[in-house]
Amino acid sequence: MATVNDVVIKIATVNGTGSASANGLLRKSIFRMGVPVVGKNYFPSNIQGLPTWYEIRVTGNGYQSRSNRVDVMVAMNAQTYAKDLAEVEPGGWLIYDSTWPRSTLLDRDDITVIGIPFSRLCNENFQGARARILMKNIAYVGAVAALLDIDLDVITALLEETFAAKAHLIDSNMQAIRLGYDYASENATCPLPMKVEAMDATADSIIIDGNTAAGLACMYAGATVGAWYPITPSTSLMDSFRDFCAKYRVDPETGKRTYCIIQAEDELAAIGMVLGAAWNGARSFTPTSGPGISLMSEFIGFAYYAEIPTVIFNVQRTGPSTGMPTRTQQCDLLSCAYASHGDTKHVLLFPADPGECFTMALDAFDKAERLQTPVMVMSDLDIGMNDWMIPELEWDENYVPDRGKVLSAEQLEEIEKFHRYLDVDGDGIPYRSLPGVHPKGSYFTRGSGHTKFGAYTEDSDAYQDVIDRLLVKWETARAILPKPAIRYSKFNTAAIISIGSSDGACIEALDRLEQQNVGLNYCRIRAFPFADEVAEFIEQHEVVYVVEQNRDGQLRTLLINDIDADQTKLVSLLHYNGMPINAGFVVESVLKEIAKGRAA
Amino acid sequence: MSFIAKPNVSHPGMPKNSLGLSQRDYEGTVSTLCAGCGHDSVTAAIIQAVFELGIEPHMLAKMSGIGCSSKTPAYFVSQAHGFNSVHGRMPSVTTGANAANRDLTYIGVSGDGDSLSIGVGQFVHAIRRNLNMCYVIENNGVYGLTKGQFSASADIGSKPKKGQPNLQEPIDAVSTALSLGATYIARSFSGDKEQLVPLLKGALMHRGFALVDIVSPCVTFNDHEGSTKSYAHTRQFYHNVINMDYIPPREEIKAAYDDGEAMPIEMHDGSTIVLRKIDREYEPTSRAASFKYLRERFNAGEITTGLLYLDESRAEMHELMGNVDTPLTQLPLDELHPGKEELKKLQSRYR
Repeated sequence: MATVNDVVIKIATVNGTGSASANGLLRKSIFRMGVPVVGKNYFPSNIQGLPTWYEIRVTGNGYQSRSNRVDVMVAMNAQTYAKDLAEVEPGGWLIYDSTWPRSTLLDRDDITVIGIPFSRLCNENFQGARARILMKNIAYVGAVAALLDIDLDVITALLEETFAAKAHLIDSNMQAIRLGYDYASENATCPLPMKVEAMDATADSIIIDGNTAAGLACMYAGATVGAWYPITPSTSLMDSFRDFCAKYRVDPETGKRTYCIIQAEDELAAIGMVLGAAWNGARSFTPTSGPGISLMSEFIGFAYYAEIPTVIFNVQRTGPSTGMPTRTQQCDLLSCAYASHGDTKHVLLFPADPGECFTMALDAFDKAERLQTPVMVMSDLDIGMNDWMIPELEWDENYVPDRGKVLSAEQLEEIEKFHRYLDVDGDGIPYRSLPGVHPKGSYFTRGSGHTKFGAYTEDSDAYQDVIDRLLVKWETARAILPKPAIRYSKFNTAAIISIGSSDGACIEALDRLEQQNVGLNYCRIRAFPFADEVAEFIEQHEVVYVVEQNRDGQLRTLLINDIDADQTKLVSLLHYNGMPINAGFVVESVLKEIAKGRAA
Repeated sequence: MSFIAKPNVSHPGMPKNSLGLSQRDYEGTVSTLCAGCGHDSVTAAIIQAVFELGIEPHMLAKMSGIGCSSKTPAYFVSQAHGFNSVHGRMPSVTTGANAANRDLTYIGVSGDGDSLSIGVGQFVHAIRRNLNMCYVIENNGVYGLTKGQFSASADIGSKPKKGQPNLQEPIDAVSTALSLGATYIARSFSGDKEQLVPLLKGALMHRGFALVDIVSPCVTFNDHEGSTKSYAHTRQFYHNVINMDYIPPREEIKAAYDDGEAMPIEMHDGSTIVLRKIDREYEPTSRAASFKYLRERFNAGEITTGLLYLDESRAEMHELMGNVDTPLTQLPLDELHPGKEELKKLQSRYR
């Protein structure tokens, strides 16, 4: 099958060998040719020595999700050779290191196997064990470049940028590229029928992961306190915030910092620090993952009841318990929506890509301060740690932060008496004061029963008054949170609902189903509590396929619970093996349901 | 719980502090603790210390966790902001609050259960960070609200009201703090206000982590014969090794001190702490010597009190991090990012 700009390359290596920079070089060079491309990393929970894969999808039509297909396998890891060989699409190619002849090399007659002696080439041309290993990686980039017709000038330019300060590395890297490129050109039919051709489709785009984008947004949002406990896959979010703050938040004259990052002793402390800082009026946040949410739950309930703005990023990973820490899922919807004991429910935002990690991180600070409650940004490993192509991030110079209902010293001076939990405006959101601003603003923050005036109480009516008012606030949240993204293709009686990183697979699946004359409408939910538009959308259809990445249909449960959606209409399509969801899964699942007699 | 409102009576003749406020302005709501509870005496000492220091009430932040002790911030300085958090987690909330606004004076009131059992993790890590706060432990060896179970500070052999004596090693807040590098460590007794008030004043003005561990008997569950945290036991084995005076900035040191005994130590805000040794062997600026001394007296069954360790030289959390002097909450948000053009520019690395 001959294709242009529609090919999936998967590189199998051993972790800790420095293949990440080689893979990045390959992915970037395709992007620099103006061709849309995405990269996904499948890595072990381990530091060195275990199998790892990087998958590059060249996607001329711009689809973002995992393809679930491998056209070209670069099999550099003997440990996983058999599995890697089996994964190649019929008609595809496999490249392996042929330095050592293998008497029992597994083969397939429906694919082309290309042997390139990477180790021998590098041993002959480079000195030192480390250099030889690193250059072997660069050499396979050269081989793939020849096979897919990737522009060598683009690669050269990238190397010159990367090693601007270390010129000798440009030459050695270029030499390694050449070794692979020339060997492949001489010994295989280059280019392959599946190849890359320059386009002009990436000019205003970037390739970035969600954690980097979210950390950048926290810096732009004016967050001053970040508290955290390291946990995969959220750690790089705080790394990003730290890097940007080191660059933009240090006073050039005094060398002093306008930010405070605290590595806490555990997640219980991290969330406590966030609450303390927010209580004092700082924009503060914590990034974490599922196990961290479990530990934070007591404080999350406190923040709900004492009404403290709290921003939490949950970069979800596969559960339950420790689960598979380096695999993805959307499995914490219920545990976050209802985190903590007693009657609690929390605002959730669902970014679908790194671009939304940026905008929703910013929005999370605004909404947390507006609503005086925890707001959780529900990212996941796929969005947080993989390389997505998105439109360049933009900063709106007219952005005015929403600090919510905070009384100034002047306002406090004027009012007769300040009461912390009174619903003055009828929207369920009380006014708050910040410590140290004015003597009249003082109040006692507590998680124990309190009256609308802020006093301790064990009185039934006074208690219930406050708890009921929080429901008024919940409805205010519903009205002001991001609306769903709804798309009507060919109006039909069936539709798909999804969230977050399931979006890419659904979008691609909708197109493929359309080609098979199955036209489905689509609603991507962007926030919990669910907007009225979500309820209306469900009402309009006879069947709604709920696509999500967990075993128990947690989004479906939330729909039934929060907006009383008709559960007989909601059909779960669940992908939860830890790999990112792909369009093929959605297409096949929908077709299966239709075959069973569901409406389409 | 009682819900009695405190009458707001003014006494024109009452002494005023440097802000023109009377001690009455530093009071809180009526205590709902048991009559005779040591904690109420500590509350009274805190009121006096804050009043005498002339701290603006709204510049004081009262932090606590859960337990009898943690209720007490409601009973002092009503005009201060209070944060009654969750069990054992007051240190983290105070850490975050202090990170955001370093200009407030932080007093945390905790108990032995709150700090040494459920909250021991947060207690020790706040010390490691040298968090600038006054950390009060009202130490009675038992859980009062759940009716008298031992806490981690109960001494070996101490008898409960019902059941078997404690057989496990106690966690001693003072030696724990000493081993972790706390920079101001005091122990006192709720029944000795004369000693306690200056200790609290020094702790409030100290820059860094100041621990004041106060034996504060529980009259209902741990004040019987055989208890090592009762009024009678504490009075009998109470051993004051060092007296201290707190002298505010710009106030002349009037008392005559014998050079050999008096030890004036200047604090960061210009005030002075004068230590007078009662036991000449005691060395309150040596961690190793203090530790040895305290351990020996503990083994002899004594409760050593006073300002047991002081180090004014160590950097507190913000200084260690190199943060700006302005409280982070006072920085305008639009000055905290480099703007539109820079966002465009910095993304070149993602192409």
